[in-house]
Amino acid sequence: MNKQYEFFDHTADAKFRAYGKNLQEAFANAAIAMTSLMFDTEKIEPRINKAIESEGTDLKALLVNFLSEFLYLHDTEGFILRKLTSITINKQREGYRLAAIAKGDTYSEKYEILGDVKAVTYNEIEVREEEKGNCWVQIVVDI
Amino acid sequence: MEPKKISDHEWEIPKQGNMKVPARIFATEKLMEKIKQDRTLQQAANVAHLKGIQKYSYVMPDAHEGYGFPIGGVAAFDIDEGVISPGGIGYDINCGVRLVRTDFSVEQVLQKRTRLLEELFTEVPSGVGKGGITKLTKEELIELLEKGSQWSLEHGYGTKEDLEATEENGRMEQADASVVSEKALARGKPQLGTLGAGNHFLEIQKVDEIYDDEAAYLLGIEKGKVTVMIHCGSRGLGHQIATDYIDSMEKKYGFSDIPDRELVNAPINSDLGKKYFSAMCAGVNYAFANRQMIVHWVRDSFKKVLGTDEGMKQIYDVCHNVAKIETHKIGGEKKKVCVHRKGATRAFGPGNEELAEKYRKLGQPVIIPGTMGTASYLLLGTKSAEETSFASSAHGAGRAMSRAASIKQFRGEAVARELMSKGIEVKAASWKGLAEEAVPSYKDIDEVIKTTLNAGICKAVAKLRPIGVVKG
Repeated sequence: MNKQYEFFDHTADAKFRAYGKNLQEAFANAAIAMTSLMFDTEKIEPRINKAIESEGTDLKALLVNFLSEFLYLHDTEGFILRKLTSITINKQREGYRLAAIAKGDTYSEKYEILGDVKAVTYNEIEVREEEKGNCWVQIVVDI
Repeated sequence: MEPKKISDHEWEIPKQGNMKVPARIFATEKLMEKIKQDRTLQQAANVAHLKGIQKYSYVMPDAHEGYGFPIGGVAAFDIDEGVISPGGIGYDINCGVRLVRTDFSVEQVLQKRTRLLEELFTEVPSGVGKGGITKLTKEELIELLEKGSQWSLEHGYGTKEDLEATEENGRMEQADASVVSEKALARGKPQLGTLGAGNHFLEIQKVDEIYDDEAAYLLGIEKGKVTVMIHCGSRGLGHQIATDYIDSMEKKYGFSDIPDRELVNAPINSDLGKKYFSAMCAGVNYAFANRQMIVHWVRDSFKKVLGTDEGMKQIYDVCHNVAKIETHKIGGEKKKVCVHRKGATRAFGPGNEELAEKYRKLGQPVIIPGTMGTASYLLLGTKSAEETSFASSAHGAGRAMSRAASIKQFRGEAVARELMSKGIEVKAASWKGLAEEAVPSYKDIDEVIKTTLNAGICKAVAKLRPIGVVKG
């Protein structure tokens, strides 16, 4: 299996790239990468489905808003992401729109907390669609 | 980007390209070597591009790469012509530090240290995953956002004296909860009274050295006695306020004329600029209220384990991530400016009218936490800091190593054992989190303090060494 994501050196924050054969997959892997800073994502049981909708004036803003949504869901409902399905990204008249189904669980003591993510930043943000459909995105989160 | 050496503790990046002012960096040769290893200097130069910036884009000695501004970045903007930028304050609005003195001797605390740490760990939850113990209604939260520490006091947390020993008396009056989004409120509601994770901590310390007998006496600090330090911020509420306004400012003003998208901003005087400032103040108040509750639980824990909390008086509480409207002398004239401090501490000198009366003669206490295994410092702001750095000082040791590198290099269990061998007991929520905060991950705090003192920004009062640490 190809690498879903990898982390890079950053003095204080966490910087990662997420890969995919299309933009949808790269975005989904970015959400998993971010969650991996807080929990062991492999151990999260996919018991709950959540409809996710995000918008952005461009793809970078869409990525920031999409990832921020998981911080919101974590802080307000204790939702932890395991995986994303049915993810679509559509170009709108102004900007982009993403829709997806997030599968995961509500936090309980059985899940070990690895850390916290404060916010998704625009620092060193990249959204790249390479030829042959290979995509990658880069994000720095404040932790 | 090669900085020019001005003195043993100061460097300059001359104005170039579209920079409106030069950048000034407070650092020794040794610290400069570290600072040069990431994008700190480029980010300081980027800040110098912003509209209305005054004098210099400043960099404190503990600086490292951030987003938009470097961490340790300080800049003041003309109140009429200048801008306000959420990236100059940070996502964790009013991340800050509170220091409490006690009458306990080190020996007294060491006898019951393990129980005390366990008690603190239970009383003050990290809040990651499940939130805190205190459940607020939305109406209560709105009131809290406008009242800050005053709200906590009214609900039985802490004393009136705590408020006098807090920057802004624990309340920024410009706060307006109506410009804080529903999302931010929803994130803030369950998290009140929690520490958070990352570099946030509770620390039991011993007063290791006194540098200024008179000031130490006046502040209630005595060698061999114990102090307690609390480090945390505005949790998800503050993070969401920053995220929301970065988005709104992008939509309204774009980012085509700034060198980094994270430096997005709005004129201070614009509708959006004013709204962000009022929302930020609400975030500041949330963090003040949060630390005010935590200090109450810290006292409770000591009382439970050691029988009393008498003498546990707050020395001070400072913001590390904030923007303030202040008056500073620029070009010989007094001028109102909006000072952004991101990972920096206000350091008002003696006589400053904004200080509470009890500190007006002494100068403002500046609290600089170090790492778990080294030391923290209590300093005082100086008159000259007002001329030198818009009355701003460093805020910590400053990271030197990425968290990923720390995790690769250290194991949490081993870090805890090593600290124990140095006389420091740690209770942490996660081993990984502990590894991230391993001592070599940070710059040398003593070098940071040396620079701060030599630059005349602060004077030293006391050195505090950890004996017990609770990590979220």
